Amino acid sequence: MLGLNKKDTSLLMFVVALSLFAPIILNIFPKDSGFAFFNGGYPDLMQRFAIFGIFAIGFNILFGLTGYLSFGHAAFLGVGSYAAVWMFKLLNYNILPALILSVVVAGLVSVVIGWISLRRSGIYFSILTLAFAQMMYAIAYSDLFGRWMGITLTNGETGLQIYNNDPQILLGNGPTSPHLFGLEMGARKVLSIGPWEFVFPVGYYLCAILLILSFYLSIRIFRSPFGLMLRAIKSNQTRMSYTGLNSKPYTLAAFVISGMYAGLAGGLLAAMDPLAGAERMYWTESGAVVIMTILGGVGTLIGPILGAGTIKYMENIISKMNEKLLHDWFSFLPESLEYAMVWLASWFTGEGWHMTQGVLFMLVIIFLPGGLVQGGQKLASRFRRNKADDTATNATPAE
Amino acid sequence: MGILEVKNVNKRFGGLQALGDVNLSVKENSCHAIIGPNGAGKSTLLNCFVGKLIPDTGSVMFDGQSVLGRTPYEINQMGISRVFQTPEIFGDLTVLENMLIACFAKRDGAFRMHAVENMHNERDIVEKAEHMLEEMGMIDQKDDHSASMSRGNKRRLEIAMCLSQDPRLLLLDEPTAGMARADTNNTIDLLKQIKDERDITIAIIEHDMHVVFSLADRITVLAQGTPLVEDDPENIKGNPKVREAYLGEAA
Repeated sequence: MLGLNKKDTSLLMFVVALSLFAPIILNIFPKDSGFAFFNGGYPDLMQRFAIFGIFAIGFNILFGLTGYLSFGHAAFLGVGSYAAVWMFKLLNYNILPALILSVVVAGLVSVVIGWISLRRSGIYFSILTLAFAQMMYAIAYSDLFGRWMGITLTNGETGLQIYNNDPQILLGNGPTSPHLFGLEMGARKVLSIGPWEFVFPVGYYLCAILLILSFYLSIRIFRSPFGLMLRAIKSNQTRMSYTGLNSKPYTLAAFVISGMYAGLAGGLLAAMDPLAGAERMYWTESGAVVIMTILGGVGTLIGPILGAGTIKYMENIISKMNEKLLHDWFSFLPESLEYAMVWLASWFTGEGWHMTQGVLFMLVIIFLPGGLVQGGQKLASRFRRNKADDTATNATPAE
Repeated sequence: MGILEVKNVNKRFGGLQALGDVNLSVKENSCHAIIGPNGAGKSTLLNCFVGKLIPDTGSVMFDGQSVLGRTPYEINQMGISRVFQTPEIFGDLTVLENMLIACFAKRDGAFRMHAVENMHNERDIVEKAEHMLEEMGMIDQKDDHSASMSRGNKRRLEIAMCLSQDPRLLLLDEPTAGMARADTNNTIDLLKQIKDERDITIAIIEHDMHVVFSLADRITVLAQGTPLVEDDPENIKGNPKVREAYLGEAA
């Protein structure tokens, strides 16, 4: 279906189902139950799942297929956000021109950065991309270009925002928040069934549809001759050039495609919340997408989505576990034990969520170098083997 | 006029004269062996044919066109394929995928943006790749991970990839180096078969005299970067200069 084989189609359908039903799956605990804390089904977080999923899918096209580890992909995310906010400032709050410009600008910037950085490979390539991204962060943070041109381009450390005196030439009487031809991103439908409460936000569904499209495109790229050539780059560049292939344009194309994915993600961030700041380009953001991709499974189709979801969930849920909450949870224990447990747990929660992330990352790297996807495959094969054993024992009845 | 004409090629690495006044002519549809003791400059010479090294002086012409200053992929697109001393294949990919890459490179050139077509729907390419694997007796292994194969099979795959591109000149750099006897004999048989069945010129660098005398129509002996003699295999065998180069003055 859709030019995909059976396995890829079912993977796509899985992602479609996951995206469409996320508001339900993520709000599985009733609103007033003790576990409601673990519900991730609020608009702000669900949007992030989808947006960073897109970011990681794009990153995986470069890193997963060609093996070139870019450590500066946040630069494209930031550029995409700035481009989108500028469209809001100049035209109106319609997100379509904003997203288009995000992708185009991120594409153009990645052509320049890629063209220079791809002169080197391995660690030198990573360092070059890191240097570029940090340079762009510094430029955005101090609004160097803006000051040079005598205008406000990035608005420095305050971040780029929309003001009442912005031109917004197409605004008229249209909505004053991001919308797609009148359909406001902030709109939502709340469905209450008994003790459950499900929120269906428009903004999230827009992100989800784009995530599905991005995922579909990435499957097509993975299965295409172009994708094959990208894997050839990772495998053996010597053989590649002696087979008559010029690896440079292939790598650059992969770099630009993944830069455009990042630009789309950046544009979506601005479409959900119309402001852009330099911190989006900071190196920790570039590192985050590397971690998401590796955690989920480098070079696998669905890995980046799972990785992005896991990291964003932890970042938002675990970081919210404060001491009071921990005391509530451990209150069934004798007091001294309760305090000990809270003390221990507080290392890994709240501010300490990075610790949990680090431990999880280490465990995955050591025991599942193929990421969560490999973990899933291992589980599935164990399950299948058990099943096979059962049928084997059934086939030879006891005497 | 040979298909590959090498004239007055000199190459120096610092104080070492790696190649000195090499003249060589490889005739079309022949198998030309370049032999010589270690350090004779055989590999340096081969690297000058494929764009890896540029000689200090002299010219290397393939089919009337200079190859000097061109990149390896451009030279491959001209019709020269190279087999390496240690098999260079795409180890992360399957055998069939290795073949597909070679076939796409032949059909589509050095770069083509075909990012949304499914590679398995390109019937002509897949058929060509599978046909070649069948010819090489590797069709049963087409879904195998190529890094997990034996050295002999890796070599076979590398040769299959080269042949699927219908090169006019096939360069072999010690194709049996480090192989077990059985693998060596298989490789010799394979190369003989290729030589007999195809319109192809082969230039081979080899240490193993058994391989050389089984295949070559013409032999150039290289010693200290300079061609010592060029002759037919029968005459090379008894040539005292060759014996001296290989075994030293005392012999």
